[in-house]
Amino acid sequence: MNKLQPLYLVFVFLGGLLLLFIVAPLTGMVLSTSPSSFFEVVQNKEVIDSIKLTILTSFGGTLFFAFLIIPLAYLMARKEFPGKKIISGIIDLPIVIPHSAAGIAVLGFISRDSVIGKAADSVGLNLIDHPIGIALAMAFVSIPFLFNAARDGFEAVPVRLEKVALNLKASPTKTFFTISLPLASRSILSGFIMMFARGMSEFGAVVIVAYHPMITPVLVYEWFTSYGLAYARPAAVLFIAICLIFFVTLRLLVKNKEQQRHA
Amino acid sequence: MLELKNISKNLGEFSLNNINISVKEKEYFVILGISGAGKSVLLEMIAGLLKPDSGSIVLSEQDITHEKIQHRDIGIVFQDHAVFPHMSVYKNIMYPLKNMGTPKTKAKEIVHRFAALMNIDHLLDRMPSTLSGGEKQRLALARTLVLEPKYLLLDEPLASVDAQLKSELRFLLRKINRMGITIVHVTHDYEEAISLAERVAVIYQGELIQTGTSKEVFNNPKSKFLANFTGIKNFFSAKGLSENLSIAEDKVKVHHYKETADSDGYILFRSEDVIVSAANNPSSTLNNFEGKIIDIFPNIHGMELLIDIGIEITAHVTNESVKHLQLELNKNVWVSFKSTAVKFIPHE
Repeated sequence: MNKLQPLYLVFVFLGGLLLLFIVAPLTGMVLSTSPSSFFEVVQNKEVIDSIKLTILTSFGGTLFFAFLIIPLAYLMARKEFPGKKIISGIIDLPIVIPHSAAGIAVLGFISRDSVIGKAADSVGLNLIDHPIGIALAMAFVSIPFLFNAARDGFEAVPVRLEKVALNLKASPTKTFFTISLPLASRSILSGFIMMFARGMSEFGAVVIVAYHPMITPVLVYEWFTSYGLAYARPAAVLFIAICLIFFVTLRLLVKNKEQQRHA
Repeated sequence: MLELKNISKNLGEFSLNNINISVKEKEYFVILGISGAGKSVLLEMIAGLLKPDSGSIVLSEQDITHEKIQHRDIGIVFQDHAVFPHMSVYKNIMYPLKNMGTPKTKAKEIVHRFAALMNIDHLLDRMPSTLSGGEKQRLALARTLVLEPKYLLLDEPLASVDAQLKSELRFLLRKINRMGITIVHVTHDYEEAISLAERVAVIYQGELIQTGTSKEVFNNPKSKFLANFTGIKNFFSAKGLSENLSIAEDKVKVHHYKETADSDGYILFRSEDVIVSAANNPSSTLNNFEGKIIDIFPNIHGMELLIDIGIEITAHVTNESVKHLQLELNKNVWVSFKSTAVKFIPHE
């Protein structure tokens, strides 16, 4: 291996500082948590229910919105039309607005006075303080992650392969499902995981739409404000551990699928 | 019969203008032109992947200009093979059969038959990423041929395979043509055209400049572009002065063999037929000129000289001759070439 030049040594040092900034607080939190308090939290029904709710609402929201995101991402990747840049801007809006403001916007959108709220009310559903409301708030702030990944994925599929499929007597629908979608699937799955993860970690928007039932980030916040840092820490550690297990597993699944394809 | 009638297409960087081509049934037809001439665009329009701005495409007396891609009886194979990377060889070939709703047992039999024909039956379980360029090309051919199209369009099918595979694939393409499939083959390689084509169309800068049998086109190139393309560098417009004398580029009188009467046209002669000497030696040649060497550079046979005799002609000489005659830049030399080496091609 070549000897590292001074410039690279400086870069390595700066990069190391950055990694430390991320890893140190998390490690500190884990190390400050005693095994007994951790196992206590693992058996706490309130915590377990909140984790289940967080995972389900985020996953459900991501899955539901995937059906709306993927078709638009395909259109944006393949077609030129007026207003395309405006649509891109709209999709990225949730990244730049404060999430508490996003929560207020979603709350107004699903409140009983709104069209959606009234429609839900007519079937006996109150979206505020409801898992569906939570899922909507989570999705609102995390849509750009799946959308941008899916659009990039479709853009990377050679148009020629789609044309060949049409020449081989496939209908446009069949071409989409047998060529475009499978070939963009890696990007889409990565985007799906990112949207799901971002949804799970959302606090600001969700706390405004639904304080109860409590998702884990809200529960950790409540325990912290009511009982202090030491009380909230084990629940936070457990939630981080579960998130990590989920994402590593999902990422491995996506990777294995890719390897099988190229085997 | 496949007919392109007054096809035009503007694609910004270049355009195709008023192209008229008829391809007879069971014919091997080659469209020849340099990269960017618009040949591939023409194929994509025949296949329905692009729409022409004007003109019409008629297949078996039916106007298919606006027919959907899926409903044309035309298969297309691209230079980059365009095999589906996420499907095995077997699934790639099966793909069109599934789309057509072919019963499973019959489809299986067809896949194996065409895989055997293309000599890839031992690769059916492999993924495309593990195949060589030639194998991918065979796969692309097999996948298109299972449709049993009447017309097969090939976009530079031999461009990305090595020399040995080229001859094997040429043999295969002739075999496919003999099966009764009309082939329209696009290439930038004139040797490929000579070896395969029954008839050739030459496209240059978006225009169709010559059509005919390979022999007609390559023996009588009617443009400097095609002459250069086939390696003939001495190509000049000429005015016939008498039966066997013309004036090239209005500057130099050149004797030639073919009778011309008074017509205008082109003269051409090969660089290998030009003899370079240090002095005007008496000989039987009628074309003897004094000129100056204005460029000298190596080629695979030795050296190529550009000599100004009023017009700039090219001569090929060996390295030994360069040394022996002390040929160098700006040196005055004598050049000669026999009148029988000069071909006169009248304008149509």
